[in-house]
Amino acid sequence: MSLLDNRTIRVSGGILLAVTVCALAGPWISPHDYLATDFDRQLMSPTMKGGQVFGTDDLGRDLFVRTMLGIRVTLLVAIVASAVSLVIGVAYGAIAGFVGGRVDAAMMRFVDTLYALPFIFFVILLMVVFERNFLLIFVAIGAVNWLDMARIVRGQTLSLREREFVDAARLTGVSTARILLHHIAPNLIGIVVVYVTLTIPQAILVESFLSFLGLGIQEPQTSLGALVDAGVKQMEVASWSLLIPAGLLALILLCFNFLGDGLRDFFDVRHTG
Amino acid sequence: MSLLKVSELSIRYNKTAVVDALSFSINRGESVGLVGESGSGKSQTALALLGLLPQQASVTGSIRFDGTELVSASEQTLDRIRARRIGIVFQDPMQALNPYLRVGRQLREILVRHKLAHGAEIDERVIEMLGRVGLSDARRQFHAYPHQLSGGMRQRVMLASALIAEPDLLIGDEPTTALDVTVQAQILELLEEVRDDTALLLITHDLGVVAGHCERMLVLEKGRLVDAGATTSLFASPGHAHTRLLLDAAPRIDRASSLSPATGASILGIEAVSVSYKAFGNEQLQAVYDVSLSLRSGETVAIVGESGSGKSSLVRAMLGLVPMRSGRAVYAGAPLEGPVEHRVKAQRRDLQLIFQDPVSALNPHMRVQSIIGESLLVHEPGLSSQARRERVAAALGQVGLGDEYLGRYPHELSGGQAQRVAIARALVLGPKILICDEAVAALDGSVREQVLALLLKAQQDTGLAIIFISHDLAVVRAISHRVVVLYMGRLVEVADNAPLFSRPRHPYTRGLIDAVPVPNPVVAPKKAPLRGEVSSLLDPPSGCVFHPRCNYATEICKSKLPAARNLRGARVACHHADEIDMSL
Repeated sequence: MSLLDNRTIRVSGGILLAVTVCALAGPWISPHDYLATDFDRQLMSPTMKGGQVFGTDDLGRDLFVRTMLGIRVTLLVAIVASAVSLVIGVAYGAIAGFVGGRVDAAMMRFVDTLYALPFIFFVILLMVVFERNFLLIFVAIGAVNWLDMARIVRGQTLSLREREFVDAARLTGVSTARILLHHIAPNLIGIVVVYVTLTIPQAILVESFLSFLGLGIQEPQTSLGALVDAGVKQMEVASWSLLIPAGLLALILLCFNFLGDGLRDFFDVRHTG
Repeated sequence: MSLLKVSELSIRYNKTAVVDALSFSINRGESVGLVGESGSGKSQTALALLGLLPQQASVTGSIRFDGTELVSASEQTLDRIRARRIGIVFQDPMQALNPYLRVGRQLREILVRHKLAHGAEIDERVIEMLGRVGLSDARRQFHAYPHQLSGGMRQRVMLASALIAEPDLLIGDEPTTALDVTVQAQILELLEEVRDDTALLLITHDLGVVAGHCERMLVLEKGRLVDAGATTSLFASPGHAHTRLLLDAAPRIDRASSLSPATGASILGIEAVSVSYKAFGNEQLQAVYDVSLSLRSGETVAIVGESGSGKSSLVRAMLGLVPMRSGRAVYAGAPLEGPVEHRVKAQRRDLQLIFQDPVSALNPHMRVQSIIGESLLVHEPGLSSQARRERVAAALGQVGLGDEYLGRYPHELSGGQAQRVAIARALVLGPKILICDEAVAALDGSVREQVLALLLKAQQDTGLAIIFISHDLAVVRAISHRVVVLYMGRLVEVADNAPLFSRPRHPYTRGLIDAVPVPNPVVAPKKAPLRGEVSSLLDPPSGCVFHPRCNYATEICKSKLPAARNLRGARVACHHADEIDMSL
């Protein structure tokens, strides 16, 4: 069975692909620049004239280009943060689970300690110590997300380690690295893929939340969260400047969640079949 | 008029028929055995009788129970019949009992639901029923949770819950398959005792069980009824080739083995090995205690005993999968020491293990080719990928599988094929010792025969020594040269095949042999030879650990641990071995 046989995966994946293509190509096609202010055209409602389909903001900047830019940033944050959590979390969790014993206990207590840090406080602290920095957002989100991943992977590895095919490999003399790579890792794929598609929306939400608080992405750069924040301030006179980025954010989140569900079903089928 | 009349019953999933035009009937008070290999539709039939099939199943035909049609009956109708008129006992009592409810409460529910008793009478009836199924101290067990009971006790509780409403029909779906033979014998005996005039439909793959406990039998093959008749006449002259096949494949404890004796040089010695695990807190669970044995090349030594006897722990310690607490193992003059990762390559190549469940022993994400090829990759890294492929194909051929299996994933194999792949993986390196941990227990009769033949052939061809762990003494009798009997981690008896099965020296050995059901309906089943169950390893009895279950126990057995001693070719640990005659 191919991935595309699953309707949930097909539809949500298709929408995400379309949104990504728009975000990449949109600013390039549009005649407007995300930085260019035009004080003659402040808070214009969406119009086909001049290609300003999403209208303009309070500085007269073209909202279509800014929104597309925001999607790029949001998706980038989501993907990079998830990749960070994927790499650290899987490696950390698989090692803790496979080695077990004291190493496992020590590694997992470290995770527990990190869990105990209040996240927002942690981020504000980071912002104060190192200036506001685009990179910092990745670090902050990744630093939190990999903890969940590590726990999940560790639990799965613990149960895989007890499976007889791992014993069989140990007996013939397969090296520990090879056991981890060839016997444990492939059996983690299902759960990891599903979990990644669920952390992506989580990362997007966190980024939006930080930007909304003014702690995230900085002007003139923007993200969907920052656009929503700006939109809220104008919502009485220019409802579109809130509705459009908020709607797109919701659409992206929904698609990722559905994609996660679809992938979970897909991997279930293979296991029971 | 018959109590249950099934006619033209068919069960389909997506057009695939798992039960095909099945017709049979059961009279009041009759006991009928439904036999067949896995996938023959036995359990599906049982579930259909109770209206418990999943929704995707499409059922046609008719099931008339005492005048009521059950196919397409409403939930209310089925509700009045299930548990009240038809009781069922499933294979795994731990899954069938709710772990969060006390035993008494689960039985009460049936009486309350069907308004069979009121007020204080309810508890009294439950306690009486628990007593009838042989739970000692039923009043206390009434308040126990399922996990506090042993497997045998749980199955007794299941039986109590199936019978408490005094149904007209009792269905047993492999009710003793998950139990030790000794406990199986007890449960089967109990089944006869307590069912009174309740009719019995006994679903099983074990012809020994049918022979001893069913008046009539039905034989299913791939969802079709191929043979039916009185048990005695079908055993004497099977009406269908499949019945003959099943009968031929049934291992016979009452037949001597035809193996020629092994004469190879001694290759492996296990000396005074003990294994213990850490239990709760600082308690030590002594799984294996001071066991010694030896193995020659070309020889098959069987290790037998009930669950918890330390069979697997012993070989796992020898292989370095669990630590040995004391004692040592010597292979070809060199000690087997430390965890398996620290052992020299030659030892890891020469000692190979085959597991009980082939499906979990094969990595679901690897193809057969890589599964078998991996050992070669480790031990013969110089091999070109072409040469490796040829070696893998040759190993597959040795276990009777063609090249087309190279690209398959484990879930695309049947149980028997998967076990062959596991054997090929072990044999591809040309090991000297093969350890089979219940390697054929999960397989159907005919497949088991093939796999055993395969192992024997490998032994004849290469002088392979085999350690064969099994709970099935009938299989052990057929294929082993020597037998080691363990009880609660202690060595009980070691003897050659023929003397052990004709004249066991230890009461426990005799009990194990007697507990095996004989597939011969003319021989009446022996009364369950061993009472009670294995004591807790955390709190072993004083003296001889077997004394609480032994009919010959005297004062000395309660106080003094018997040392293993030689007795006319056998080695036996019993104070009274030379006084009692236990010939069969």
